[in-house]
Amino acid sequence: MGKLIIKEKEVVVPGDDLAEGMDYLPGNGTYRDGEKIVASKLGLASVDGRAVKIIALSGQYSPKRGDTVIGKVIDVTINGWRFEINCAYSSMLSMKDATSQFIQRGADLTQYYNIGEWVTATITNVTSQKLIDLTMKGPGLRKLVGGRIIKVSPSKVPRIIGKMGSMVTMIKTQTNCRITVGQNGLIWLQGEPKDEILAAETIKKIESESHISGLTEKIEAFLKQKTK
Amino acid sequence: MNSQKDYMMKFLNSGTRFDGRKLEEYRKVSVEYGVSKNAEGSARVKIGKTEVLAGIKLSVGKPFPDTPNDGVLMVGAELIPMSNPEFESGPPGIQAIELARVIDRGIRESKAIDIRKLCIEKGEKVWLMSVDIVPVNDDGNLFDAAGLATVAALKDTLFPKYDGVEINYKEKTKEGLPMSKEPISITVIKIGDKLLIDPTTDEEKMIEARLTIASIKDKTICALQKGGEDPLTLEEIDQMVELGLKKAEELHKLL
Repeated sequence: MGKLIIKEKEVVVPGDDLAEGMDYLPGNGTYRDGEKIVASKLGLASVDGRAVKIIALSGQYSPKRGDTVIGKVIDVTINGWRFEINCAYSSMLSMKDATSQFIQRGADLTQYYNIGEWVTATITNVTSQKLIDLTMKGPGLRKLVGGRIIKVSPSKVPRIIGKMGSMVTMIKTQTNCRITVGQNGLIWLQGEPKDEILAAETIKKIESESHISGLTEKIEAFLKQKTK
Repeated sequence: MNSQKDYMMKFLNSGTRFDGRKLEEYRKVSVEYGVSKNAEGSARVKIGKTEVLAGIKLSVGKPFPDTPNDGVLMVGAELIPMSNPEFESGPPGIQAIELARVIDRGIRESKAIDIRKLCIEKGEKVWLMSVDIVPVNDDGNLFDAAGLATVAALKDTLFPKYDGVEINYKEKTKEGLPMSKEPISITVIKIGDKLLIDPTTDEEKMIEARLTIASIKDKTICALQKGGEDPLTLEEIDQMVELGLKKAEELHKLL
């Protein structure tokens, strides 16, 4: 029978042993070393059935299938576009996944998405070689025109979105801004200058105070006071 | 790319910027002296998230033949990739050379340091001052940060012990550099028809023209450097200089 070495919600650093024995399975942010499961990230350990995983406290974005991300066009190739999505690997959007419009053979692809433009897209596949495929067919996936992009730590994205999107909805309604949050830590904002600065400030506040409990109430009070 | 500029113009026209500052507002500036043990003088300057280190090394060497009485000032800047993903390692590029030259000119032309006093033996031995500028983090406005750091480092400098043959770097004397003035450079940039100071990296990408103005306490202009692709009108230059001198006054209080 396997043995759990750590407690639930304990802070672990890379190299810490988490569990022993083959009964446990390595999840996100962990790997198996012989009989042991070892941490590869800094974060809070969490046990989910037989799987041991880590909720990362910091670190870069690692692409996952199904994530909606914000990316910038860095190259236009003969059959699609290459995107930079704030991660170590570049990603491809092929012509057939790009738009519901019909693209004529030999058409100039830059008229759809040109270098330097921002879009929201969903990751359809990540190969073992970390080749990332994107699609832009889906609800809410579009080119981001106007507005600006701000960067936050990807591990704080869940806090910015909140439970069922509660946090981001609150910021949207209180500041009258259009906001799109990418899982990769890029956030697109658009609104009147005064409102948008407040939205950006709020997001930065959430990022720096993400560990505090009762954050939603605190942010609500902050926004109320600022918009008064 | 143009849509991003239009979007920024919308902000600038309403008198504010992406980070909520006014057009003529500086970020928070802090100056820290003596950050390096091995340098004769050093300083760290932070402007918002921008962080620059400057260090001074003193050594003894031969003066240039055309100025046998004068000490030598050398300014070098290295834009390390750690500070900004757009910087490449290797020999200094045009940006690094410009940065070093602008700082060099500010100090040299203001005659901040009496280089005559750095002469030990005419035509044979003088003090050589090497200034090294390293940005630790680049969030825009490296010119002003580097200028401020350099002046702070020069103020912090103490001569090492020198017996005429060898320098003992381990022991510092109480004597500082013969420094009489403090040249402060302020960069004013132009985006659209707006003039602003202390740009962030986002804003630096949109620059049409910029003017770096080095001045000393009595508002004497010592050096100017124009950059960017667009020309400037006389009125714009007047406005920029006025703004630069006004802000320099504020920064003088920090040193």
